[in-house]
Amino acid sequence: MFIMRKAPYGTIYPFEGLESVLIMGAYEQDISLLFIDDGVYTLRKGMDTSALGIKNFSPTFKALEGYDINKLYIDKDSLDIRGMTLDDLVVQPELVDEEMIPELIEEQDVVIPF
Amino acid sequence: MRNMLHIINKSPFYTKTVDTVLKFSKKGSPILLIEDATAAAAAGSALCEAKLGNIMRDHPIYVLKEDLEAKGVHKVIEGIKVIDYAGFVELVEKYNTCSWA
Repeated sequence: MFIMRKAPYGTIYPFEGLESVLIMGAYEQDISLLFIDDGVYTLRKGMDTSALGIKNFSPTFKALEGYDINKLYIDKDSLDIRGMTLDDLVVQPELVDEEMIPELIEEQDVVIPF
Repeated sequence: MRNMLHIINKSPFYTKTVDTVLKFSKKGSPILLIEDATAAAAAGSALCEAKLGNIMRDHPIYVLKEDLEAKGVHKVIEGIKVIDYAGFVELVEKYNTCSWA
């Protein structure tokens, strides 16, 4: 499982996280992604990074299905406190809460937070 | 199923990783403080003592001796277990790990 918890473009973490997901996906690993904290911002619709001269990587999340990466989860609370809902996102992860997330994390063989 | 060892390396005065780990880890899972996260284990901060005291009710907490020494921290909050590199290796052998960035 990869955990995304940082906002896009402020640091290289979310981009590197997504790169790692794609690389692992190419090796047909059983991958899941969890979005928590500022990581929910990586999925926001309508990004335009052209003025920053940085690649907008949000469309790549929509391509994950093509790599058979379908297990996407998002912390409802992290969305709520940022005034966001699933409608604001480029993909539709499964909504999970702080009851479910510890179970999800602990059942993994490997967890890589970004 | 093995418990997950949650490793934190950021100061609680810099990021809220400690809070995130507390929120998203299962009760009973151990937490290891290394690098800048050793700041959370240092005795003297009322904020850290309250926070860590709270966490210790549900999680064993370890802190890395070498990092404490490097930062000149000689007294840790009561109840936190100080381990060295060999102890670190033992923990990693015993648990799955989640190293929070």
